[in-house]
Amino acid sequence: MRTKLESPSLGALGRGLIAAAMLCALGACHMEPWVKPYERDHLADPVMSFDRDPVSSVYTDHVHEVREGSRGATGSAGGGCGCN
Amino acid sequence: MNIARIGILLLIVVAALVRSAVGGVLPEDRVDVLLHSFDGGGITIQGPSLLVRKQFAQKFSVSANYYIDKVQSASIDVITTASPYTEERKQWSVGLDYLHDRWMLNLGIIDSEEPDYSSKTFSFGISQDLFGDLTTVSLGYSLGNNEVRRRGDPTFKAPMQTQSYRLGISQILTKNLLMGFSYETISDEGFLNNPYRQVRYVDPSSPQGYSYEREVYPHTRTSDAASLRLRYYLPWRAAIYGEYRAYSDTWQIKGNTFEIGYTHPHKGWLFDGMLRLYDQPKGASFYSDLFPYSTSQNFMARHKELSQFTSQDIRLQASYDIIKGGWKFLDKGTLNIVYDHMLFDYQNFRDLRVTGMTPGTEPLYTFDADVVQVFVSFWF
Repeated sequence: MRTKLESPSLGALGRGLIAAAMLCALGACHMEPWVKPYERDHLADPVMSFDRDPVSSVYTDHVHEVREGSRGATGSAGGGCGCN
Repeated sequence: MNIARIGILLLIVVAALVRSAVGGVLPEDRVDVLLHSFDGGGITIQGPSLLVRKQFAQKFSVSANYYIDKVQSASIDVITTASPYTEERKQWSVGLDYLHDRWMLNLGIIDSEEPDYSSKTFSFGISQDLFGDLTTVSLGYSLGNNEVRRRGDPTFKAPMQTQSYRLGISQILTKNLLMGFSYETISDEGFLNNPYRQVRYVDPSSPQGYSYEREVYPHTRTSDAASLRLRYYLPWRAAIYGEYRAYSDTWQIKGNTFEIGYTHPHKGWLFDGMLRLYDQPKGASFYSDLFPYSTSQNFMARHKELSQFTSQDIRLQASYDIIKGGWKFLDKGTLNIVYDHMLFDYQNFRDLRVTGMTPGTEPLYTFDADVVQVFVSFWF
């Protein structure tokens, strides 16, 4: 028996990336922010940080990654293996 | 090169060319000293991690991390097909951030060494604030060159290369709601299997009814993962957050990750509780717990991480502000403890510690693990 490997479908993703590129280019245009700088005190609170303790989140991502088939899109760049 | 990688390279070029109005912010100066411990499934892994980050010349920030894993393994794979072992992995990494106008460049190098595996990873990234700081777009690329070796066989050396392309978008949606989106495609080429792990196949001539032979993996793998996270500020100064990640790859593995949590400060304390669910409804197309006969497929794996399984992770975290109002050159300091309890339930990986049964009817394997992190952080 031969096992066939499959390529993931990236059509929708490609369209999303093109849209993101357009958004990026639009950054050159002036735009009035709908949340003013003086309204962002809640967002600046430490409880709102996506990555409050980088040393801990990198370790946690590594613990999950070596025990799961999934990988990536965690926000941290890893290296090495430690997975035997 | 697939369309996703072309798209991300295009984005890097566009981001480098665009000029807008708002500057970014360099990461804070801080030092973290962490001790970690994993205990579960017959494996204990412990060690320290030290992370230091410092700004200089107003536009640069440099970081360095030193990390050690001390592994004692008597995992189910090891006790059924090999002998328990101990080993140590050491990892160094250094990074540099450069802030210019409203965009930031970062470079990083990671060097990891263990007795049978060496890895050197170079990474490059760029991020830019857009739309009056409401949006931050970040793009990244990593290249890892690895060498796989096998204990007891000094002639065995196999190369493996990993490339990663990352896109991140952080978005302020309202004055109380933040959103983060990440996409990453990773492409591997080279020797991708573990040099020790074996598959089992039906063998009527063996007393137990099966025998073992080495795994054989494809020499390429490309994966796509996308995650969406939200964080909402509650009226009593607390936050609720959630995340979803979808994953698929050319080995036909599918994975879904769900996470929900709550952060609550109280006086000098900060408490956090989180539930993470991982579902891998589809394992690798060439995975099997029991192959019908020897070399029955061109690719064969019996790696439980490539099987069909679910896992749950319950986390509790407490942080205490140990330096209120600063002390000498320190602005702030915290003492932190993080405890995770994890459960793994495999749906087509069997527990071969149970003997005397017809091959393929052994109970399904399950294990739980306790993970503890204790660390101190100082800002200066």
